[in-house]
Amino acid sequence: MSQTVDSIRAELLAKKVSAEEIAREALKFAEAENPTTNAYLTFAPERALAAARAVDHKIAAGQDPGPLAGVPIAIKDVILTRGLRTTCASRLLENYIPPYDATAVIRIEQAGGVIIGKTNCDEFAMGSSNENSAFGPVRNPVALDRVPGGSSGGSAAVVAQGTAVLSLGSDTGGSIRQPASFCGVTGVTPTYGRVSRYGLTAFASSLDHIGPFSRKVRDSARLLQVMAGRDEMDSTSAFAPVPDYVAALDGNIRGMKIGVPKEFFDGLASGTGDVIQAAIQTLQKLGCEIREIRLPHTPFAVGCYYIICTAEASSNLARYDGVRYTRRSEAAGTLQEMYRQTRDEGFGAECKRRIMLGTYVLSAGYYDAYYLKAQKVRALVARDYAQAFGQVDAIVGPVSPFPAFKLGEKVDDPTAMYLSDIYTVTGDLAGVPCMSVPAGKTPEGLPVGLQVIANHFNETAMFRVADTFERASTT
Amino acid sequence: MKITEQEVRRVAELANLALTEDEIVRMTQDMDGILTHIDKLSELDTSNVEPMSQVLYDAEETATLRADVERKPLGNADALANAPVAGQGYFKVPRVIEK
Repeated sequence: MSQTVDSIRAELLAKKVSAEEIAREALKFAEAENPTTNAYLTFAPERALAAARAVDHKIAAGQDPGPLAGVPIAIKDVILTRGLRTTCASRLLENYIPPYDATAVIRIEQAGGVIIGKTNCDEFAMGSSNENSAFGPVRNPVALDRVPGGSSGGSAAVVAQGTAVLSLGSDTGGSIRQPASFCGVTGVTPTYGRVSRYGLTAFASSLDHIGPFSRKVRDSARLLQVMAGRDEMDSTSAFAPVPDYVAALDGNIRGMKIGVPKEFFDGLASGTGDVIQAAIQTLQKLGCEIREIRLPHTPFAVGCYYIICTAEASSNLARYDGVRYTRRSEAAGTLQEMYRQTRDEGFGAECKRRIMLGTYVLSAGYYDAYYLKAQKVRALVARDYAQAFGQVDAIVGPVSPFPAFKLGEKVDDPTAMYLSDIYTVTGDLAGVPCMSVPAGKTPEGLPVGLQVIANHFNETAMFRVADTFERASTT
Repeated sequence: MKITEQEVRRVAELANLALTEDEIVRMTQDMDGILTHIDKLSELDTSNVEPMSQVLYDAEETATLRADVERKPLGNADALANAPVAGQGYFKVPRVIEK
């Protein structure tokens, strides 16, 4: 499928095809391709066809079918869909049927979007390679012996593969941008609070974001447009007005000041570095003023992030105790044994590691040394960005120190895996909008994403830089 | 070593995880590696920095309060639908209080 939101809309309104035909075709293609990548965990044929028929009825009645009319969309399996199994890629929730929809899902369907299935990911969104799924890893459609990145690996893969036009992921420390970079698609982490988290299974609540994947920047802008805005079901969702993101894509970035943080080039693989340098030159040719800037606390960000995210995770994951959500250990005797056995049998190794680390850093005697310290370092990371955005309109750099690696290559060294999040975690800690846009390939043919970061609620600047860059690199 | 097997056992108890002996050994190594990296934070003097617990934006003080309007709750049946054991409108757990 090389469809876009605009091409589908044009075909539907010209009555060349029906939304139902598009949905059937998409489901058939996705189901046929799935054995190759394992990117979908659940398909939703009934829901998809019902949504598609509703779009067709509106068109037949001469009504506006909505900004995402008939577009096949896949949803990361940590985002709740009423009546449609949502596993979080965990054995614990293997048969969990949510009783309500996430706000983002409601808004997508109200906009005419057609949800075709739920995508594989790292268990409870914890991982950088999608190898932590209880239902097997996802393979990168660009190179099947390699990981798609994580944690939203399935959502990146389905868009790269073309089995969905758009997808939703979640990002806590890079889980949208890194797989987007690895699979050669666009992935966006909006400003913290821009999209409601209601119905997103909580991992680290002060860092969690929902965001879009697409092949073209414009389509991510369209999807964000539909989801963004205040939701009274999420008290952290922002009141700030939502601008017209697509209207801002005027292809003109002449005179924009673009910062390049020196710290984002330490430890960068040469193949990736070359693509990023070429991208920076392209931006310069497009009329941007390139400035070297400093984000001096970057080297401390991974340590800070893994204290805060594990602390919050240990608290959020306490609810999976064998009482309310599906699975309970058969071995359970007493209440205490039931909790412990259920959690030991149900959680995979990475979730256990993070629950343990989070419990440790919050435990008596360690709180000040770890959690409080990390919150202070977080303030310094945020201050770095505030100072940088006093000088520049946007920041660019790499997303990941290296391109997609081989399956199994890094599973035995969790610390090394964590350190690879170095260029993405700072954006989440500060809450600024950031995205990955395809920038080129390494000599071995692996995609490399350019990260574009803007100030709080300045998604328009971020999208404008990425869209103009995309136009220049595809012509 | 930043953490011992004994400490790992204590943390596992706090976290309600029944780790196996093999898991304890592996967990101790992994946590040690990560905590060693985390030690880097002590290089920074943060004595005059206010902790940041959340990304906050300006809003009116009462902005996060919704209108005081009745609305339908989830309902008992839906709330219990995913419970492994339920009955009489309640979640069921192993006996806690002995007679």
